[in-house]
Amino acid sequence: MDYLTVDHVTKHFPLLNGSGSSGNGKSFCVLKNVSLRVAKGEFITTIGHSGCGKSTLLNIIAGFDKGSEGGIILEGKEVSQPGLDRMVVFQSFALMPWLTAFNNIRLAVKAAYPAWDERKVREHTQKYIDMMGLKGAEGKRPAFLSGGMRQRVGLARAFAVEPKVLLLDEPFAQIDALTRGVIQEELVRMWSTTQSTVFMVTHDVDEAILLSDRIALMTNSPEAKIAECLDVNIPRPRSRATIIDLLEYTRLRNHILHFLMTQGSQGKSET
Amino acid sequence: MKTATQPAWVISLVILAILLVAWHIATVQPAFNPAGFTEEQLMGLEFKGDIVRDRKGGYLYNPAKSRGIPGPLAVLKKTRDELSEAFKKKGTNDHGIAYLVRYTVTRFAAGFISASVVAMFVGVLIGLSPLLYRALNPFIQVLKPISPLAWMPLLLYSVQDPTWTAILVVFMASLWPTIANTAFGVSTIRKDYLQVASLLQLSWWRRLLTVILPAAAPAIVAGLRISFGSALVAVVPAEMLLGELGVGYLTWIEWNNLDISGVMFAILVVGVVGVILDFGFNRLARLVSYAE
Repeated sequence: MDYLTVDHVTKHFPLLNGSGSSGNGKSFCVLKNVSLRVAKGEFITTIGHSGCGKSTLLNIIAGFDKGSEGGIILEGKEVSQPGLDRMVVFQSFALMPWLTAFNNIRLAVKAAYPAWDERKVREHTQKYIDMMGLKGAEGKRPAFLSGGMRQRVGLARAFAVEPKVLLLDEPFAQIDALTRGVIQEELVRMWSTTQSTVFMVTHDVDEAILLSDRIALMTNSPEAKIAECLDVNIPRPRSRATIIDLLEYTRLRNHILHFLMTQGSQGKSET
Repeated sequence: MKTATQPAWVISLVILAILLVAWHIATVQPAFNPAGFTEEQLMGLEFKGDIVRDRKGGYLYNPAKSRGIPGPLAVLKKTRDELSEAFKKKGTNDHGIAYLVRYTVTRFAAGFISASVVAMFVGVLIGLSPLLYRALNPFIQVLKPISPLAWMPLLLYSVQDPTWTAILVVFMASLWPTIANTAFGVSTIRKDYLQVASLLQLSWWRRLLTVILPAAAPAIVAGLRISFGSALVAVVPAEMLLGELGVGYLTWIEWNNLDISGVMFAILVVGVVGVILDFGFNRLARLVSYAE
């Protein structure tokens, strides 16, 4: 049974005229009839060019934005507002800069479990701090943490809420390449221990293959849609060092790159 | 070579010394020279009290009658006298300087704090609602440039009480910059902070306390700082005009007494009170600031 369903979502943005108000009813169609079915515990990634509408799709699933048509169904119920059942990990980390790492996570835990007393909240927070390897950094504010550490806090905050679905919006785009690999492995470890369902958006092909069970390839906007879904038939645990020698890896990588390149040239010829 | 490593306060002290010496030289009185005056003119001057005779029969300027701008020594003497009586109440309108400072600080705090609370509330409301912002903006734009002292006659007429009028003048002086900055800070909070708040399904009240106010805090504090300065500027003339006891009142009453040393002392006190209040404010501001 499908756990999370993206059901024929279409999104129009009104075109702004010169004065900044929406004029003459014209609109720009970002997403056209996008459908996606995600099973419980699955790690699914949507890949596409920057600006193709994949983040818009993630925002619609998160409830930050509404589709013009279609809807999102989670466990048989339609969801249209943001909620604790769908936590987002942001590309910009979105940590409160006035709170320490610990308090950033604690804020989320307190919101998710309002009935818990302070001791239980702190224990739970500390557990996720330890799991994400943040020990020693919990008393620091985000400004004093590296990009990698900040995103660890972002991931710990999202996992600590124990959401039904985790939405990752290019979570490693602002992290240097070496740290990125380490955190990707930690993400996979957290995902398998917590049995979460993950929907990720990225434009990094290697990242998509390393992490995902399934990869949805997205065409460019306007009227972006999911062209095809690829199963990643590589057994877990996967390691960055050994995965690149597999034939399946090369096949998938070439397939995706070929898709993206044809998309890219189409995009260029249009402009 | 050595001056490069000197701390700034050494330079400050040198500048202070130069200023004091220059002030002293500029205001020092020459000895009275009777040459060029007729006997009749001298008698006239003596009769007016401008000059007195010393024991040897020569003429001196009357030390009890000040002429021109007083020098640093006279101001120092006045300061010492005032400070020695800081905690004395010699009459209804003659309270020691410690009392005057207390009255001014209390008046200032009452006006500033109440205005800040109201301004932050209004600022948050219009910062959260673009519609309300556009609706209220014309009023704010018209009211903002009005000098807080311009309100005074109307306020005095309405509340019929100089104590409250002084507080309300400070209130009017500290209202607008905080409103404008709070609204700006709240309306420009980074979108992802608000997205996190909506993900966590925080109630309106918790969202305000845990996300909106802390995120807007640097902008709010910047507004409070401007308000603080303008309130400090407003409190002195308000006291002068209303005759409310305080350091502003002191400058005026010393002028009425034609005690220019007293006026200078009062100006110094206003400066020192301002510095102390500002120091306290900076401490407060540091608590709520954060690095992005």
